[in-house]
Amino acid sequence: MTFELFLQMFPIALMFSAPIILTALGGLFSERSGIVNIALEGIMMVGAFAGATVTVLLENITPAAAWYGLLAGLLSGVVFSMLHAVASINLKANQVISGTALNILAGGLTVYLCQIIFHQQRTRAFSNGIQKFSVPGLSEIPVLGRMFFDQVYPTFYIAIAMVFVTWFVVYKTPLGLRMRACGEHPQAAASMGINVVKMRYFGVLVSGALGGLGGAVMVLTADIQYTLVSIHGTGFISLASLVFGRWNPFGVLGAGLFFGFSTALSFYAKDIKFLAGLPGEFFYILPYLLTIIALLFFAGKSVGPKAAGEIYDSGKR
Amino acid sequence: MTARKEKIVLPLIAVLLGFVLGSLIVTLTGRSPLSMFAAIIKGFSGIDIINRQPINTRYIGEFIIQAMPIILTGLSFAFASRTGLFSIGAEGQLMIGSISATAVALLVEAPKVVHLPLVLLAGILGGALWGAIPGILKARYNVHEVVVTIMMNYIALHFNNFVILHIFGSVDRVKTAPFPETALLKSPFLQSITRQSRLNWGIIPVILAVVIFSFIINKTTFGYSLRAVGYNKEAARFAGMKVSRNIVASMAIAGAFAGLAGAVITVGTFNFGRVIQAAEGYGFDGIAVALVGGNEAMGILLAGLLFGGLKAAQPLMQSQGIPREIAGIIQASIVLFVAMKFGIKMVLDRFERKQVPTTEGDRV
Repeated sequence: MTFELFLQMFPIALMFSAPIILTALGGLFSERSGIVNIALEGIMMVGAFAGATVTVLLENITPAAAWYGLLAGLLSGVVFSMLHAVASINLKANQVISGTALNILAGGLTVYLCQIIFHQQRTRAFSNGIQKFSVPGLSEIPVLGRMFFDQVYPTFYIAIAMVFVTWFVVYKTPLGLRMRACGEHPQAAASMGINVVKMRYFGVLVSGALGGLGGAVMVLTADIQYTLVSIHGTGFISLASLVFGRWNPFGVLGAGLFFGFSTALSFYAKDIKFLAGLPGEFFYILPYLLTIIALLFFAGKSVGPKAAGEIYDSGKR
Repeated sequence: MTARKEKIVLPLIAVLLGFVLGSLIVTLTGRSPLSMFAAIIKGFSGIDIINRQPINTRYIGEFIIQAMPIILTGLSFAFASRTGLFSIGAEGQLMIGSISATAVALLVEAPKVVHLPLVLLAGILGGALWGAIPGILKARYNVHEVVVTIMMNYIALHFNNFVILHIFGSVDRVKTAPFPETALLKSPFLQSITRQSRLNWGIIPVILAVVIFSFIINKTTFGYSLRAVGYNKEAARFAGMKVSRNIVASMAIAGAFAGLAGAVITVGTFNFGRVIQAAEGYGFDGIAVALVGGNEAMGILLAGLLFGGLKAAQPLMQSQGIPREIAGIIQASIVLFVAMKFGIKMVLDRFERKQVPTTEGDRV
């Protein structure tokens, strides 16, 4: 592989990494608070639909339409994840079932609304999504500039910023400590006066916000419109990144970058001598296979939040 | 309410609420819920209320075709569920079943009596093998089956496409060459009684699967020990049951049901192996079917027919000007309402208590 090719891969890899990192961070909030969220895929779909729709509807009015699209993705994610919160926190639904229901619902709802709004099974194509840019000054740095600062989508920097924000909130604030306590041992947390229900709502709604934002980022950088297959499993890849990154924000960053690169690699494989013989499907399979291997590797070690997935019963000891 | 009554009443309420919510969404978006229901009735029976047409057996055949695979994936989810496992892997097991059936259909030459059973068997074995993997990971290394099965669905998807595109060779990168007649479930007889619908002999293995499911779970010691593991793993271990073996066996059998679904679709509904762009939703439909059917054979059969009919009604809704996706919305809300059974029960209990005059001290 030539070094030039390696440098060329960066912008694309970073473009794919951003939505994975954002959504996985969302999953981190939810699972750290004790609620398993396999609805990330559905939340991304809703966010992507809202993002694309708002962008299309506003693009003749304002040049910043795509940015309103991102905001719409975030907000729609919060509203949609509310369903998961109500079902699994108040109504004590099985969290995996509720998440599954939301994933099915997202596919139906978004395409239904496309048909109502655009009279077709997809949104209209937007003319401009989020625009690439080069950071003045920094992009002039040799090598590093080409890697991280030249022709990059600003959404990647949003994702990086969110990694630090997440780390700070989860590990350095009382709020984060309380939230994590609810994911480890909710009864003990409750005995210390922490409102478990409130904390879990916080976790799930933040996951909705970040997942919705992730979906909008994905459609507005890597696509031209929203269709049923716009997200094609990226929510599940994000879930995989969360596991692969051991429920830690910096781990998530690493895993997200890794999966972003493996996606980019599938586009470039034909130009790389020792990879050209491998079929493209090999690269599609890679992230999923690695996740299973990572799970095997962590097996027996307690890395995930202990109480995630359990229905909260305040009377249990 | 007794537990038995609850098992029947709660899913029915969930189904009712799902349709109410669906009608509400249709109304809010400026369409008529009546034409939606007309489409659903036509999807089930061919009876056209609006244009006054009688029963048309073609529609019945087509709706059973839709129901067949999701009854099988429903059995798959339910079987693992009875052992306390949450398998989201039916989708992938179905694809592996489908590719195994494709392999045998294309590569083996034999008379129909040998070839067709071999094709179905290949599907069953392929699915069972794919299902056993998360089972082994769970039993030996205690790796959670939910994440593993989700990941394996995607591996199966790309593996399927790899085999079709690079090994069997595809016609225009979409499908394989057509299978020989000896590998097909096609039935001129069933087609003739359903006005040339695609109905085929796949119904036989589907009905057998429902019976076998019920037999294993309810009538055998093996089924009893599976259920025991599902209720309480530690207690089952203490009673001398082989917990690890049961987990692997349960996942493998669950995979077998889904694999059979893949074979039935491949040599029944179609007659060639297919490249799949994205998951087709059979796995998730199966989860919905199993949940509404209460993980019981009979319930799954009925729920499968319900959701199959809903799927068959989709094009009819579309032609009535109602977006076809409303069927998915109704299905998802039904699942959500089933999941919320705790809340529904609370409302029902309060309602029941109001009906019956209470003795003092009953209200807290």
